[in-house]
Amino acid sequence: MKHGREIMDPVRFDLTLQRLTEQIIENYSQFEELCLIGIQPRGTILLRHIVERIEKREASNPSTIFKTKILQGHLDITFYRDDFRRREKILTPSSNKMDFIIENRQVLLVDDVLYTGRTIQAALNALQHYGRPSTIKLLALIDRQFNRHLPIQCDYKGMEVDSVDNAYVRVYWGVGDAQNRVVLYDSKEQEDE
Amino acid sequence: MNKSYLSQPHLLGIKYITKEDIELILSTADNFKEVINRPIKKVPTLRDVTIANLFFENSTRTRISFELAEKRLSADVLNFSSSTSSVKKGESLLDTVNNILSMKVDMVVIRHSAPGTPTFLSNHIDANIINAGDGTHEHPTQALLDAFSIREKVNSFNGLNVCIFGDIIHSRVALSNIFCLQKLGANVAVCGPPTLIPRFLPKLGVKIFYKVKEALNWCDVANVLRIQLERQDIKYIPSLREYSLYYGINQEILDSLDKEIIIMHPGPINRGVEIDSDVADSHQSIILQQVENGVAVRMAVLFLLAGNSGSPGISNFN
Repeated sequence: MKHGREIMDPVRFDLTLQRLTEQIIENYSQFEELCLIGIQPRGTILLRHIVERIEKREASNPSTIFKTKILQGHLDITFYRDDFRRREKILTPSSNKMDFIIENRQVLLVDDVLYTGRTIQAALNALQHYGRPSTIKLLALIDRQFNRHLPIQCDYKGMEVDSVDNAYVRVYWGVGDAQNRVVLYDSKEQEDE
Repeated sequence: MNKSYLSQPHLLGIKYITKEDIELILSTADNFKEVINRPIKKVPTLRDVTIANLFFENSTRTRISFELAEKRLSADVLNFSSSTSSVKKGESLLDTVNNILSMKVDMVVIRHSAPGTPTFLSNHIDANIINAGDGTHEHPTQALLDAFSIREKVNSFNGLNVCIFGDIIHSRVALSNIFCLQKLGANVAVCGPPTLIPRFLPKLGVKIFYKVKEALNWCDVANVLRIQLERQDIKYIPSLREYSLYYGINQEILDSLDKEIIIMHPGPINRGVEIDSDVADSHQSIILQQVENGVAVRMAVLFLLAGNSGSPGISNFN
């Protein structure tokens, strides 16, 4: 990461994660209808951290809200992407773990970076196969708000990043929370170096 | 990081692909096996891809399996069988296929009784070719689904002993299985009457058994093949009854072993000839799992070939 610029340090990262967690708790009073669905591969890491925080908070301060276990799914959208056969690299699928039906549920999609919106579009298509949810909302840690290709916006965001099209934002998850950070690169290639 | 694309634009035979290719197909098939066990078994991945299934030879399982794999991936499917086509009117293979391709077909799945047909086509036409069995040469997707089914049962191919029983000389399944399992690190043997075992096999490093009991004692997995009477122009065995007596796999002989081996069969089964009914339906047999896995493995092959950047038709988008 010698070329990148850190745009979110571990302290801010921790605060942001905590805020997003509190926002979910605040907005979903009927937790029994909520299901959290992380988009593979990186959205599921964010999902895991958020669920850990909800459970930690609940353990220290038991309330009536979380009587039921939070439903979690891992959604792999590889087979729903619209750029199959249109890119240099072939797509590699990740595992998909959706062992419940989302009929009449409040779905909260979780991903780390919202960029063009095409991943979310694919996720919306994929979700159709699991029933008709009452609502779908989107949570993203980073919102690259000026790079959208589709009319898709997020409902909960950690941070807005205004960057040029070529730039690449990468969320790094450390072993502990003190190593989490977000880095902005001039291009995808720079990150690979 | 593992490679995420195949080294070849076609699947002509296991001989022509690498160990990494095989492993990539098997790991991708894991994802598709999850897809076909969902409540809704269809994904839109190949929605702009047209696939022609050209079957110049009879088939039930392979054809249905390919068609299902294509439909589960949302591809447009064209079915062709030689018995109802202009081939009967004297059209050549290349003309038939070129005519179909001028209707903008991206991939061709072909079965033909002449060995080498898929390779011939791949040299002449601009489409991904998948070999669904060419004469007595290769049947790569069968070998891949066999490997996938074995992989679900064992931890590793390294040092695994697999024996193929029956009509080896007429079997494309045998040859593809030998290449595939050897590339993955398994030891392969064959067992059958001397007349049904090709003479070149020792050159491939394949062990040969002439007695069923010895072979079963050696192997961890037994892949039992059918006697292909329709390909036998001369008498290779005195009678099916005699074959069954000396080479049929029955429960009695399996019970006499001090281990439990996995029983496989690519189908169609001739019950009572190469394998007894109680063996085919026993808990040791994974014959029906093989059929289920066939769809997942074929979806993986179609997905990987269609997505390869060197694939014909892709340049149209740029």
